[in-house]
Amino acid sequence: MTTAAMTRRRAATGGWEVALLALNVATVIAMAALVWASLLYAKPAINLSGDEQTAQRIFYLHMGCNIGALAGFIVSLTGSIVYLLTRDLDWDRATQAGIEVGTIFGLGTIVTGIFWAKPTWNTYWTWDPRLTTATITVLLYIAYLLFRNGIDNRQTRARFGSIYALFAFLSLPLTYYSARWFRSIHPVVFSGDNPEAQGGFALGATMTQTLFIAAIAFSLLFSSLMIMRWRILRLEDRAAELREEIE
Amino acid sequence: MTDAALISVRDLHKRFGRKPVLRGIDLDVAQGEVVALVGANGAGKTTLMRMICGLAKPDRGEISLGGASLQRAGRELRRYIGLVTHAPLLYDSLSAQENLRFFAALYDLDQPEERIESVLHAVELWARRRDPVRTYSRGMVQRLAIARAVLHSPPVLLLDEPDTGLDQSSSQMLHDLIRRLGASNRAILLSTHNLDRAVEWADSVCLLGNGKIVRREPTGQLNGERLRQIYAEADGTP
Amino acid sequence: MTLTAPSHNPPLSGPQTDLQPASMRTEGGWRAYLRKVAAIAAKDLRAEARAKENLSAMIAFSVLAVVVFGLAFDLRVPRADMVAPGVLWVVLLFAGVLGLNRVFGAEVDRGSLSALLLAPVDRSAIYFGKVIAQMAFMLAMEAFVVPIVLVIFDVNLFSPWILAGLLLGTLGYVSVGTLFAALTASTRARETMLPILLLPVMVPIFVAGVGLTANILDGREFTEFGRWFLILAVYDLVFITIAFLIFDLIWEDA
Repeated sequence: MTTAAMTRRRAATGGWEVALLALNVATVIAMAALVWASLLYAKPAINLSGDEQTAQRIFYLHMGCNIGALAGFIVSLTGSIVYLLTRDLDWDRATQAGIEVGTIFGLGTIVTGIFWAKPTWNTYWTWDPRLTTATITVLLYIAYLLFRNGIDNRQTRARFGSIYALFAFLSLPLTYYSARWFRSIHPVVFSGDNPEAQGGFALGATMTQTLFIAAIAFSLLFSSLMIMRWRILRLEDRAAELREEIE
Repeated sequence: MTDAALISVRDLHKRFGRKPVLRGIDLDVAQGEVVALVGANGAGKTTLMRMICGLAKPDRGEISLGGASLQRAGRELRRYIGLVTHAPLLYDSLSAQENLRFFAALYDLDQPEERIESVLHAVELWARRRDPVRTYSRGMVQRLAIARAVLHSPPVLLLDEPDTGLDQSSSQMLHDLIRRLGASNRAILLSTHNLDRAVEWADSVCLLGNGKIVRREPTGQLNGERLRQIYAEADGTP
Repeated sequence: MTLTAPSHNPPLSGPQTDLQPASMRTEGGWRAYLRKVAAIAAKDLRAEARAKENLSAMIAFSVLAVVVFGLAFDLRVPRADMVAPGVLWVVLLFAGVLGLNRVFGAEVDRGSLSALLLAPVDRSAIYFGKVIAQMAFMLAMEAFVVPIVLVIFDVNLFSPWILAGLLLGTLGYVSVGTLFAALTASTRARETMLPILLLPVMVPIFVAGVGLTANILDGREFTEFGRWFLILAVYDLVFITIAFLIFDLIWEDA
């Protein structure tokens, strides 16, 4: 490789580095803004009192985590299908990164939900369809990661992982509907057409703005975590290849 | 390269994880030829056989059977291959006849019963055809494994250490069978630990070492002693 | 993917031999395909009939589990029919794993998987043959479990609707389970991996099965429990189709 080509390459990577750094900085700022908005800026809900009023503020995190988990889900489903079609390992790494980041956000969704549910529904746990589906999704993610780690061959790992991810995710809509027909008490905050829902609250202007900030902050957080994890996986594979070449 | 090469292997590479097993194998087996592969344990004999029958993918290189590329036409070529491995590839709880009937169905044989009868006679297991394979001796299992491999009359036969654990009479029977199969225009590749047998059974011997074919000797002027000498020499070379 | 057997000009010349040459039927299309599916299923059923390893373990485990559940719930549950549907489906899911682990596990351990893969058979035919055999084992096991539930819990599950639900649910379970069994067969720790992979994907079958059984025991109308059949039927249809399309990918380098 000529020196000029090497410089060009360094400049190109440099561009990526700067973009990623900017994304990370934006994420930190947005998350800080979210903490301020959710704790101080958003006015209390008018129809709640006591513990329920306090717990209501967890909703901003809850919804944010949910966005991250959903994004991880979509990335990994796309990644597994595209990998099976193209056999490009970059897509397998996207699946893995999406699932790893999605697991963290999924656990965040469940944990924030549990703390919110105790004062509101007077129980930590219930077999509400969304909660059930979220829990099953996290279990599927963990099963996927355990399964991957048990396969030595890189190509087989990618192929079997993608097949499992595809099956796992296709079962989720059915899981949701079967759990929904079983029973439901989850509030549908944005449309409120579920008469059995408990714990819904009216959204004021400041609350809507805070929700908006939460959506942006968590989308940024998901993107930066996802991209960094994807790059690490890429470098790990590259390192393994180089080690092979040396030996 | 002979024109009539049924098995043709070009520049075959395979590694397991970080360990290279085969690094550039070139091998031709012509119609009617019996080629023996010898080499130390772990030299890659089994890996090579598995790749020729399409059970493992090479990292690099080309395999063709009868001029057709295995990579491109693998599915169609499967019916032209017969394989014998260390494992008998049979079902213990079923009888010899049931095992062969099952494989006859998978290979879509035209007149399965006649074909099964003829191969069972050929390996002298006709009398025991109704007994479960579990009750067979090692030699009988191995003979049945060979019967299974030739059931669909494949032009390409891969025998991975077919002689392990065989008693004298079974071994003699296997030798006769290989002779007859070779004489009937098949291409036979067999691997063995026994150098005397390699010389006795094959038309030429290939020495596999360090992931390559180190030597290929016709067995015409060869005897076990001479082959052992070559083997020892080649073993020392890198 | 095609259902027809490959018909083409053989690239290799036919051998002349004193062992008479075998001739193969290379035509036959889907009939040949079905013959091979049947041969694989029949082989598994015959081997099981001789060895009796698989089915007897499944039946012993399931009967034992029903008895243990009966004992565990005895004093704390006011009416047995409140837990019987859950017990039935939990027992089926867990006992089924014992059988599924052996579907390809037995072939891998014996090395006979190579012979199956080497045969000129579409991989999906292997899948369907295995699904049929495994269905037979599961149904045989259920033939023991349902009467045992009647005896232990005094809950009669012999209703045509419940039996139909069992059939559909078992089909979905086996069709996904067989594919996952193929995925785990040659990986490390396959015996523990299979249930971890399988159970979360089985939630729709489990919930629909329990919902259906409970609805029928409560004497509901078809208009109320019909939607559980919808879930089971959609599940079966979707996953059998995907399994058929994807099964070829599993052993592509093996």
